[in-house]
Amino acid sequence: MSTLSRFHGGIHPPEFKTLSNGTPIATPPLPAQLVVPLSQHLGNPAKACVSIGERVLAGQRIGEADGRISAAVHAPTSGLIRAIGPHAVAHPSGLLQDCIVIDSDGLDHWSAPSPLPNWQEAGNDEIRTFLRDMGVVGQGGAVFPTSLKLGVTTLEQLIVNGAECEPFISCDDRLMRERAAEIVDGIRIAAHLMRPRAVLIGIEDNKPEAIAAMRAACAGSGFEVLAIPTLYPSGGAKQLIRLLTGKKVPHGVRATDMGVQCFNVGTLYSLKRAIVDGEPVVSRILTLTGNLARPGNIEARIGTPFAHLLNWAGMQADNEGVIMGGPMMGFDLPGLNAGVSKASNCLIAKSRALFPPRPQAMPCIRCGECAKVCPAELQPMDLYWFAKAKDMGRAQEADLFDCIECGACSYVCPSQLPLVDFYKFAKDEIWAAEREKKAADRARMRHDFRQLRLERDKAEKAQRLAARATPAPERSAAPDPDKAAAIRAAMARAAEKKAEGGSTPAKTPLSDDAKRAAIEAAMARAAANKAARESAVSHAAAPGDEAKRAAIEAAMARAAARKAAQSAEADAKGSSDSAAGVSPAPAPKPVMDADKRAAIEAAMARAAAKKAAQSAAADAKGSSDSAAGASSAPAPKPVMDAEKRAAIEAAMARAAAKKAERDAAQKGDH
Amino acid sequence: MHAPYIARPTTVSVIMLKVLLALLPAIAVSVWFYGIALLVQLTLASATALLAEAAMLRLRGLAIAPFLKDGSALLTAWLLALSMPALGAWWLIVVATLFAIVVGKQLYGGLGNNPFNPAMVGFAVAMVSFPAQMAHWGMPHGPLDSSAQLAWIFSRELPAGLSLDAISMATPLDYLKTQLLLGGSDIASLKEAPMFGHIAGVGSEWVALAYLAGGLFLLQQRVIRYQAPLAMLAGLTTLAVPLWLWQPAHYVDPLFHLVAGATLLAAFFIVTDPVSGPTSARGQLIFGFGVGLLIYVIRVFGGYPDAAAFAVLLMNIAVPLIDQLTRPPAFGKRKRAKKADQHA
Repeated sequence: MSTLSRFHGGIHPPEFKTLSNGTPIATPPLPAQLVVPLSQHLGNPAKACVSIGERVLAGQRIGEADGRISAAVHAPTSGLIRAIGPHAVAHPSGLLQDCIVIDSDGLDHWSAPSPLPNWQEAGNDEIRTFLRDMGVVGQGGAVFPTSLKLGVTTLEQLIVNGAECEPFISCDDRLMRERAAEIVDGIRIAAHLMRPRAVLIGIEDNKPEAIAAMRAACAGSGFEVLAIPTLYPSGGAKQLIRLLTGKKVPHGVRATDMGVQCFNVGTLYSLKRAIVDGEPVVSRILTLTGNLARPGNIEARIGTPFAHLLNWAGMQADNEGVIMGGPMMGFDLPGLNAGVSKASNCLIAKSRALFPPRPQAMPCIRCGECAKVCPAELQPMDLYWFAKAKDMGRAQEADLFDCIECGACSYVCPSQLPLVDFYKFAKDEIWAAEREKKAADRARMRHDFRQLRLERDKAEKAQRLAARATPAPERSAAPDPDKAAAIRAAMARAAEKKAEGGSTPAKTPLSDDAKRAAIEAAMARAAANKAARESAVSHAAAPGDEAKRAAIEAAMARAAARKAAQSAEADAKGSSDSAAGVSPAPAPKPVMDADKRAAIEAAMARAAAKKAAQSAAADAKGSSDSAAGASSAPAPKPVMDAEKRAAIEAAMARAAAKKAERDAAQKGDH
Repeated sequence: MHAPYIARPTTVSVIMLKVLLALLPAIAVSVWFYGIALLVQLTLASATALLAEAAMLRLRGLAIAPFLKDGSALLTAWLLALSMPALGAWWLIVVATLFAIVVGKQLYGGLGNNPFNPAMVGFAVAMVSFPAQMAHWGMPHGPLDSSAQLAWIFSRELPAGLSLDAISMATPLDYLKTQLLLGGSDIASLKEAPMFGHIAGVGSEWVALAYLAGGLFLLQQRVIRYQAPLAMLAGLTTLAVPLWLWQPAHYVDPLFHLVAGATLLAAFFIVTDPVSGPTSARGQLIFGFGVGLLIYVIRVFGGYPDAAAFAVLLMNIAVPLIDQLTRPPAFGKRKRAKKADQHA
């Protein structure tokens, strides 16, 4: 039996769970029209793969995963694709996002299920790709693609999050009570992939029925169900990990680096449905509660408009808006036209009685209650002070980005200050400043590279001219590669310096950078492929040596590209941990160095690839020229030089990369 | 409206009201021993504080009602009235309160922004500016009836046949200090004087215990935390015990120090002021301990008979430093990021 460790702080607000957790999960009637957002997950939105007017079946893929950090979306029911384009989604901003609108035909015809029956034998990659294509994402709030979280193959503890600590929400509670066996099957699959030494399931002790059901389902499995004290935010990934393992995963450190990974029960349920039953994620359990005639939990098809569900549950006349999510971390829905997404766990109809307006805010009296309840062990009153004064540097020094925006501080504040709003504001300001700075840096870097390239091309042109002018190439060829090497060295130095100089403690939002790095890596890969293709062409026409050189350079470029992709992946993984639990706080990334490194490497790879392509072309032409001119032997010396040069460059690139890595690691340590 | 949509109903006003409530036992005991003079002082102080606060808020262009309702000005006024001699002239408490509210609080930015405890600022100003006025304390069950007390406070007129000396006395702390300085007779014989009760002064020891009761109520209500009071009493004891053991004839016993003067008032109602004190638990321990040490040092070796106000003000100065040095690390982190950056 494992023992529990306490986490600092926490609050115990009124639960309001009994409003909705007394009745079984219901199935409301299908709506006439469904609005399926293409972006229901962290990362790239899915790419629509159906066209307007097309008939689709339930479970049919209508959006394909776009890249690694993405997930597919599927038709929740059968019908006709009415529209593909911007539509209101469940987002506090009220901004439109691309959605697929489906007119239901009312028949609910399903496509043939496509399970993965032999998952025990299937490779890790196969299962992960399968899950991505089945649209399985984290259902705890952050909707991080589950495929990315299963990449770790050794784990000390696999944490299953059934805490459900926010008031009002009871969807996980009902799911565990009614479908515990399927959740446990999901755990088995995750455990098969990740080989944890222990599987710990944490459920708050205000859900005794769920605990009993999960214990019964886990009998004989070796999985341990632990009742944890009801204390918000015990369902935060870091807090739950602390509770169940005693480990404190600091901000900026991946849970997997400490041997832990955390999954929500809903995620594991959908994982099981996908793999065993071949059913993609087309529905989820959703709590309808608050000021409703018939509150309860439902299994809602993705894309069902909120208005449809709320009307079905009996919207009251005195309704004052609807909260999406819980009362601690949720947000006001700007409208009810949007459809259910994989992140939608709860809709709370507000009334003045349930949510009386807060008294007027007063100045902070430094009572320290906020610090007492802060689960991130921050000093919220200091952060508030810094944010209010727009002293972003000191706010970051005071670990602003460790804040998980759980709202406990604001809940207890006797001065009624909207503290979390201040922290969100400060984070946004810092991100905006960082984006500006990065854009400027990128422009400068592009300029520097252009200058270098022009210089180098000029030098090479001179070299070629000189080589053609003097029939004896031994002497003249030698210094030029040296020069090129020097240029490369200077470039590497400049890049390093930039990486060091630019290593402000600023943190940046993940999605942008990871995306950018991924794009750059992809571009570099494309360039490398092109170079390879071209060298292959030149291979036919020219002697093998140039082709070889081009191939080497292309390979280098590919390697660099791969590295860039890896680091982008690493960053993405880093964020997945915080994404696991209730904290939908857009996990800010700790190591901007890694991004910069990835960007620099990608850029270098691009340059190298381009150069390889150019020189391959030039050499091919040169050799055909020399063949036409019937000049004397194509002198082995320059080739040697070229090879040497390639080797030097490769070594230098390696050294630079290693250095950058070291720097990043150092930063990461602190 | 943004998340969180729910909040604990405790407001600043509720906190302040509970503190005011916790002062009621001490006020009652005081009035029992010393007469209605204290109620007059409380009224004067409250009226002055509210008027001064309103005037300052108006000058600063802020809403008046919510800040008057928060109860903080009233609390400052009460603490000040309880700290000052109940038989002091009316203008003394008015001047002290004005200074506390206008300079000590509002000029620094009002509620939440004052680095010094406003009541202690007012007290210190009165103590330094009018030492003679501040030396005359009422006697328990003294010769003045209610109307005579009123007359004395407002017009400095005494009933026929009574002198100032006949209606007032020095505090036990003051008496001990003066006598020890004068003659060096030992504590034991000095404590034979009629002003001494079981532990400290005859009436004042009961008032002090009423403060203790109020403090325990605040602890139970979680309005205050135990760290600062406990550390303050510990700091005082830390110096009092060894010196008393060494020369009991010259250094009065620790229990006397703990009950006499403003010790318990300061412990539960002054060093617990969140605005002018440190925020972290460790910081509050350091702060309280410092106040305790300073109270003893000033009482025994300094120029003033009691020292709570000066000790608190001196430690208020140190609060920003204490806060900086005691900031606990964030979840999972060992040391502050700032230090880490310096290493990198």
